[in-house]
Amino acid sequence: MLNNVTDPAVEDGATEREPHLVPLRVYFSVFAALMVLTALTVFAATKDLGAFNTVVALAIACMKAVLVVLYFMHVRYSTKLTWAVVAGGFFWLLLLLLMTLSDYITRGPGWLHFG
Amino acid sequence: MSGTHSDEPSVLQHHFDNLGQQFEASSLGMWLFLVTEILFFGGLFTAYMVYRLTYPEAFAEASHHLNIVLGGTNTAVLIGSSLTMVMAVYAAQQGARNRQVLFLVLTMVLGLVFLGVKSVEYSHKFAEGLVPGPNFRFEGDAIHAQLFFSLYFVMTGLHALHMIVGIGIMAVLTVFAWRGRYTRRYHTPVEVSGLYWHFVDIVWIFLFPLLYLIDRHGAGG
Repeated sequence: MLNNVTDPAVEDGATEREPHLVPLRVYFSVFAALMVLTALTVFAATKDLGAFNTVVALAIACMKAVLVVLYFMHVRYSTKLTWAVVAGGFFWLLLLLLMTLSDYITRGPGWLHFG
Repeated sequence: MSGTHSDEPSVLQHHFDNLGQQFEASSLGMWLFLVTEILFFGGLFTAYMVYRLTYPEAFAEASHHLNIVLGGTNTAVLIGSSLTMVMAVYAAQQGARNRQVLFLVLTMVLGLVFLGVKSVEYSHKFAEGLVPGPNFRFEGDAIHAQLFFSLYFVMTGLHALHMIVGIGIMAVLTVFAWRGRYTRRYHTPVEVSGLYWHFVDIVWIFLFPLLYLIDRHGAGG
């Protein structure tokens, strides 16, 4: 299955387009990590952690998203320009969430009831 | 050397210097589209955040009506489909036609399994009267539970729509892959379609805990 990697014909494209053949074990490890994290987040949801239920669930979701972006979407092996676009996209999402949140949580007592 | 690249004129567009530059442009273009998608779904996540903080009890009660087993199964199915997608890209990078077709088909099958489970969940919601509207039935804070289910249907519905589009893209890719269009030197469509598929997976990675899990441990807690 893997013997094509060492095929000498690879060199003809190497000068203009390197296909970044990520080793298969990287993909399998990421897949295993994603499954373990999914099981972990379901397990954590059955425990009463107070306000930390949301924090734990979101932290695990962020870890999973980072794994997918870096390895499955190859951002780890991409150019700085791609990095900047991806980081910019998530930064703007963070602005959207945080600016909105900072508005609502400063509207005084009675609006926000934390559990 | 140029004699060996007989397929070059058909895959290299004239306004690019080489295939590497052409791939970079395609990949970046897809990422720019995905950034707009991040903010598109971001608006819905923002709405969910605000209403969940405003009506925590109603949202907790309402989320107890979602089925964690079905939601969790779908999460695993979708992660599996992301694995088959990278395997399809890996096969394309090696120009392995049969494996490419196999993994693209597997990706579509897993995508259809996801949609099948989702439709089972939707039909349960219809049967239980949990679809917002005149027939909404809910013991407790029904008005604000409707808000939860409105967001649930819009967010998962738009996610499912993205899945349907993704499966359509995979079907087209499968036909072209079958015809041997994607080689070791040129397989950009498979790679950028993979980016789209993984993005849809990421959206679900956030939808699952936010809708199904975070209030699971106890109502009103």
